[in-house]
Amino acid sequence: MSILDSKIPAGNISDKWTDYKNHLKLVAPNNRPKIDIIVVGTGLAGSSAAASLGEMGYNVKAFCFQDSPRRAHSIAAQGGINAAKNYQNDGDSVYRLFYDTIKGGDYRAREANVHRLAEVSTSIIDQCVAQGVPFAREYGGLLDNRSFGGTQVQRTFYAAGQTGQQLLLGAYSALSRQIGLGRVKMYNRHEMLEIVKVDGKARGIIARNLVTGELERHSAHAVVLATGGYGNVYFLSTNAMGSNVTAAWKVHKQGALFANPCYVQIHPTCIPVHGTNQAKLTLMSESLRNSGRIWVPKKKEDAEAIRAGKLKPTELKEEERDYYLERKYPAFGNLVPRDVASRAAKEVCDEGRGIEENDTNEGVYLDFSTEIKTKGKQAAYAAGDHNPSEEKIIELGKKWLEEKYGNLFQMYQKITDENPYETPMKIYPAVHYTMGGVWVDYNLQSTIPGCFVTGEANFSDHGANRLGASALMQGLADGYFVLPYTISNYLADEIRTGKIATDSPEFEIAENNVKSQIDKFLSNNGTKSVDYFHKKLGLIMWNKVGMGRNAEGLQEAINEIDQLKKEFYADVYVPGSNDELNPQLEKALRVADLIDLGQLMAMDALQRKESCGGHFREEYQDAEGETLRDDENFSFVGAWEYKGDDIKQEQLHKEELKYEFIKIAARNYK
Amino acid sequence: MAAKTINITLKIWRQKNCNSKGNMETYTLNDVSTASSFLEMLDQLNEQLINEKKEPVAFDHDCREGICGMCSLYINGRAHGPDTGTTTCQLHMRMFNDGDTIYVEPWRSAAFPVVKDLVVDRSAFDRIQQAGGFVSVNTSGRTMDANAIPIPKEDADKAFEAAACIGCGACVATCKNGSAMLFVGAKVSQYALLPQGRVEATQRALNMVRQMDEEGFGNCTNTGACEVECPKGISLDNIARLNREFLKASLVSNK
Repeated sequence: MSILDSKIPAGNISDKWTDYKNHLKLVAPNNRPKIDIIVVGTGLAGSSAAASLGEMGYNVKAFCFQDSPRRAHSIAAQGGINAAKNYQNDGDSVYRLFYDTIKGGDYRAREANVHRLAEVSTSIIDQCVAQGVPFAREYGGLLDNRSFGGTQVQRTFYAAGQTGQQLLLGAYSALSRQIGLGRVKMYNRHEMLEIVKVDGKARGIIARNLVTGELERHSAHAVVLATGGYGNVYFLSTNAMGSNVTAAWKVHKQGALFANPCYVQIHPTCIPVHGTNQAKLTLMSESLRNSGRIWVPKKKEDAEAIRAGKLKPTELKEEERDYYLERKYPAFGNLVPRDVASRAAKEVCDEGRGIEENDTNEGVYLDFSTEIKTKGKQAAYAAGDHNPSEEKIIELGKKWLEEKYGNLFQMYQKITDENPYETPMKIYPAVHYTMGGVWVDYNLQSTIPGCFVTGEANFSDHGANRLGASALMQGLADGYFVLPYTISNYLADEIRTGKIATDSPEFEIAENNVKSQIDKFLSNNGTKSVDYFHKKLGLIMWNKVGMGRNAEGLQEAINEIDQLKKEFYADVYVPGSNDELNPQLEKALRVADLIDLGQLMAMDALQRKESCGGHFREEYQDAEGETLRDDENFSFVGAWEYKGDDIKQEQLHKEELKYEFIKIAARNYK
Repeated sequence: MAAKTINITLKIWRQKNCNSKGNMETYTLNDVSTASSFLEMLDQLNEQLINEKKEPVAFDHDCREGICGMCSLYINGRAHGPDTGTTTCQLHMRMFNDGDTIYVEPWRSAAFPVVKDLVVDRSAFDRIQQAGGFVSVNTSGRTMDANAIPIPKEDADKAFEAAACIGCGACVATCKNGSAMLFVGAKVSQYALLPQGRVEATQRALNMVRQMDEEGFGNCTNTGACEVECPKGISLDNIARLNREFLKASLVSNK
C-alpha cells in the first residue's frame, strides 16, 4: 500500500480543523527562542509565515532571490481574493466556498484541506484590513466585492486590479516589522540550492549569495518552502522571469514526493504572443470577465478579414459574432472556470476563427462595449439624469471601467498600442499557475520530516484546476493561519535539540554538491546560451504537454526532453565567474531543474488516462468535447518518488481521494 | 500599428562591482522588433553578447508587468525612459526610431550603490519600511470584523493610490537631491488615511523620516520631478501630507 499518510483527522468536516488544532502540541513562549526556522520565498505564503513565526518568538531566517522581499511574484496577482464573508447577502457560506473549490478542482483535491481553507478565509480579510490593506469600498464605507469564475456569488475582495500587490505589501509590512524588531533575519539576493538532511530530518539549506557567489550554510530545526510554482517550464508564461522550481526540486531529489505535476492552469485571458523574441506573457485579470464578453466571428471569412486588417471588430454586426461561452454555458456564461474558458478559446481558434495576426492566428476578443452602456446608464441614473444622451452614457461607462480596471486597461494599451476602451481587447490563454507541487500532508509537511511546503509550491488545495482569486487565499491561509499551528506541533519535540551545527559531514556534502554543479556549468564551455535550451524546452512543453495532450505526443515529449537534457549538459555556455553577480549562472541552475521537471510532467500526464480540470487528454472527452473523468481508476493524487538522475525511473505512489461530504459528480457549468 | 524592426546603437554603463570604476560601452543591435519591450531588447543584446562569448549586461527585472518594481534603468536621461506612467519593463521599442542611439545607465544616487552594470542596491528602502512602515498588529485572525469600521470611499481610494507605489526608486534617481520623500510620503499617507494606521501615525512619521535621513537620502525642494517620472503616478500631495504628519509629530512627540 501507499507510503503516503495524509494525516487527515477524523470527525465531521466542519469540526475537523478546530478539533485538530485543539489537540496539537504547543511550544511554550520561553522555548520558542531556542528554535530556528528557515523560510524560503517571500511571496504571500512565505512573508505571512515568516512574519507570524517571528511574532510567536521563533528565530526566523527568511530568504528571497530578489533584491527585496516585496518583489515576490504574488505582487502581480490582479483580480482579487476569495472569502466566505457573505457581505453581499447572495447565499455565500463556508460550505459553498468549500463546494465551489472542490467542484472547480474537478474533484481532485482533498476535502479536509479545502474545507479548512474556506474556514480561515474570513479571518484573512479581517487580518488584512487590520494591517491597513486598502481594499475597494462602496460609498457607504463597507467593503466591495466582485465575482470570479466558477461561482455564482460575489465573494471576491479586491483593490482595483492590484489585489496581489496590496496583500503582499501587507504581508511585507508585517515581515518588515519583525525584521525591524530583530525577530526575522532577512537574506535578500540569496537563492536556496540544496536542502540539508541530518538523520532523515530537514536541518538546513545551502544558499548562494547572488552578489558575491559565496555558498552559505544555514541550519534550522525546520525548513519552510514557499517558493511558488513552476509555470516557467513553458518558457513563456505569466510568471516572473525569476520564478523557478529549483528549491522544490532539490527537496524532491532529497526524498520529498512531487504530486500531480501535470496539473497546470492555462489562464484564458492573457495578451497573445507577439513574436519570437518575446520573453514573457502578461495576464489580463479574470475579473475583466465580470464586464467583458468573449467572442470571435461566426464566419471564418470574417476572422480572415479581421486578421488581414480589412475589417475592424467594431464593424462586425452583433448577429455575426459568436459569444461562444454564453452560447455553450448559459448558467455561468463568461464566468466559467479557467480551464473551461481556455479550452473553448483553443477550440474556436482551431476552427480557424482566431482573430490575432501572428504566427498561429490565436486570439479571441474580450469586449467591453455592452458593459460601457449598462454601467453608463446606471451611473447617469444614480446621478439623477434619467434621460441621458448616448454620448453621456458612453462617457460615464468608460469612467466606471477606468475606476474598476484602470491599471489593467493602461497595461494593455502600453503593451499592444491599442485602446481597449474603443476596440475590444485581444486575448488568448497562457500558462499561469501550477496546481501540482511538493506533496504535503494535512500539516503541510512533505515526506521529509521538518520540511514544510506552503502556497503554490505545494499541491494540496486546488485539485486539477484552481478557481480565480483562490491562490491569494491559499497563500495567506497557509502562512498566517495553518502553518504556525502545524509547525509548532512538530517543533514541540525539538525544544531539547539545541543549535544545529553547520560543520557536520551532511552540510559539507551538500555544499560540495552545489559547488560541483556550479563548477561544471562554468567550465563547460559549450556554444549555446541557457535561453536557447529553455526556449526549446518551452516549445516541447507547450505543444505536447499543453492545453491538449495525447499519449503519442506525451511519449514524444519524454523522448525529446531526454535528448534536450543531454544536449544541455554537453553544449550549454555559461559566461562569467562564480564570485560575482551572474544572472546567466542563476538561470542555468534553474533550467537544469526545469528540464527534469518537464519530463516528469509528461510522465504524469501520460499515466493519467482521463481528463480532469486543466489536464485534458484528447482521448478522453465526451461528445461535446468536455473533460471525461475516470473516477473509478484515477481518483487519486499521483505522487512521484525520485530514483536518480534518469527521471524516467521515478516511481508513482497513489493517495486515494475520499469524498465523504461532497457527492462526486460530473462538473457542469451549463 | 503593425510591428516592424529597427536597428539601434546602445551606449550602456558597464561596471564590474561597487568598488570598481565604470564606463560607457557601445553596442549595435539590429532587427529589434518594435513590439518588443525594452527588456526583451536587452535580452536580445545579451543573447548576441553570449554568442560572441562576451559578458552579458546585468540588469534587474522580474515580473515584467510593471508591478514588482525590480526593473530600473535611466534611459536617455530619464528614469524608466521616454514614456510616461510606465516602468522600463512596460516600455516598448515602438517608442524608438530606426537608427537611434540609446543611452542606458543605472539609477544614480548616493543611497543606491551600484552592484554591477545596471544593477543597484535599493535595500535602503527596505530599512525605511522596517523602521515604521506597518501597523503594529499581530497575526491572530481575531482582530475585528473587516466591516466593523466603515471607511469613507474617498479616504480608502486615496490610501490605495498612495499604496500603489512599487518601490522602484525612480523618484530618488530622478531627484536632483536624491530625495526619497515621495516613497516615504506614500507609505506614511497610506496609513495616515486609514483608521487602522492612524493610531501610530505620529511615531511612524518620526521613525521613517529618521531612517530616511540616516540612509543618506537628500531633502525635498519641491521640484516635482519625482511625480513626473513615477511610473505609478504617485502624487506630490503625499509629500505635503508627510510634511504635515512630521510637523505634527515633532510638536507633540516627547521623544
